[in-house]
Amino acid sequence: MDSRYIRQTQLKDFGPKAQEKLANSKVLVVGLGGLGIPVLQYLNAMGVGTIGLMDQDAVELHNLQRQVLYTEKDLGRMKLEVVHEKLTHQNSQTQFVLHDSFLVKSNALEVIKDYDVVIDATDNFPTRYLINDACVVLNKPFIYGALHGFEGHVSVFNYKDGPTYRCLYPDMPGDEEVPNCNENGVLGVVPGIIGTLQALETVKVLAEIGDVLSGKLLVFDGLNHQFAKIAFKTKVENKAIKELQESYDISDCDIVPTIDPESFLSVRKKDGQYLLIDVRTTQEFEENHLEDAINVPLDQIDSCASVLEKKNTVYVICQSGKRSKLAVKKLQAGFHNVSFYHISGGMNKMTSLCP
Amino acid sequence: MTILLFGITKDIVGSPTLSVPTSNISGKKVPNTVKELKTYLGKNYPELNKLSSLAVAVNNSYAEDDTIINSYDEIALIPPVSGG
Repeated sequence: MDSRYIRQTQLKDFGPKAQEKLANSKVLVVGLGGLGIPVLQYLNAMGVGTIGLMDQDAVELHNLQRQVLYTEKDLGRMKLEVVHEKLTHQNSQTQFVLHDSFLVKSNALEVIKDYDVVIDATDNFPTRYLINDACVVLNKPFIYGALHGFEGHVSVFNYKDGPTYRCLYPDMPGDEEVPNCNENGVLGVVPGIIGTLQALETVKVLAEIGDVLSGKLLVFDGLNHQFAKIAFKTKVENKAIKELQESYDISDCDIVPTIDPESFLSVRKKDGQYLLIDVRTTQEFEENHLEDAINVPLDQIDSCASVLEKKNTVYVICQSGKRSKLAVKKLQAGFHNVSFYHISGGMNKMTSLCP
Repeated sequence: MTILLFGITKDIVGSPTLSVPTSNISGKKVPNTVKELKTYLGKNYPELNKLSSLAVAVNNSYAEDDTIINSYDEIALIPPVSGG
């Protein structure tokens, strides 16, 4: 063995055998964002033989405060391409498998079946539950990490007889219950900490060393610097999943009229008779907004009857497209004579179209 | 007893901890199980009732609804988080 990995192979509890296990391992990283980046940089540096990369997003300016592999030069490029390029420079011995798509019900089993371990580095509940169920069906462990503001969670699910994500949180939260990073925000360094812990657990699982964080949820609070470890047990019914659910989309049954940002921009040029409501908080609105937008924060949407007067068409925008969807649902219920549309992708998409 | 709050529960309550009475001097029923605690908290903070999957930890272990709680127990509300 070359000297590349000597600093870890010289460890009594790791050694050349563990290194060989890493080299023979196949790991899939779902999501090339705040969690995926630190996971990948370490797994690639440490010599994991095959790494699958999966994402279909482009690098955006608001990614840079936490997704530290990307630079200003990468803005607008596909994350998959940028990560592949940089990780190849970091370690030319690694085999990369590129999955140019998001993980969805129709591809999950097919993609995951070829890997030993899956890293859940996603940013939404539907994909987390999909990863869980697919890993249970295929009998693969997965390394879970998730964030909320200054806090983070880490655990290893479905490891041997150990519990799954559903043993901790049986049902997927609804659309209105828990905000994501787009709405709630996240301090840049927190995904670095959580993702690095995911990388550590991945290496332990692959190299079969130490005490794997299975049956325990690590809860980190960065503001007070607390680590809590919560023990939880396997519920047999959650290990018995044999196939994926019909659907993992939270709002499958609600049809909300949607317009994409490109179409909105062309409508906006032609027709001046619309109203554009921005449902983000006053603070977000003050930071940036479209010039023709008026601000009605989501929690005050019920009291916006006055601004709707004599309007036939109303477009609703937020940061990511989640709150605007909720707002349209509420508005539709209250005002039947107005056509409401939510703008998909929200300001995130809009600012990349017209910076 | 003091309850530690994480994730969205911290945002709903507006504080990282919450104090729950453990003696019934006032004549009000005090929560004796995890389920009663959830009901008690839901009455004071209705937003908490919206959370479909809320993990409650008693002394660092995941607790079921029928788990008995005492004033000296360390209790935490740990809702799911989704960010990445």
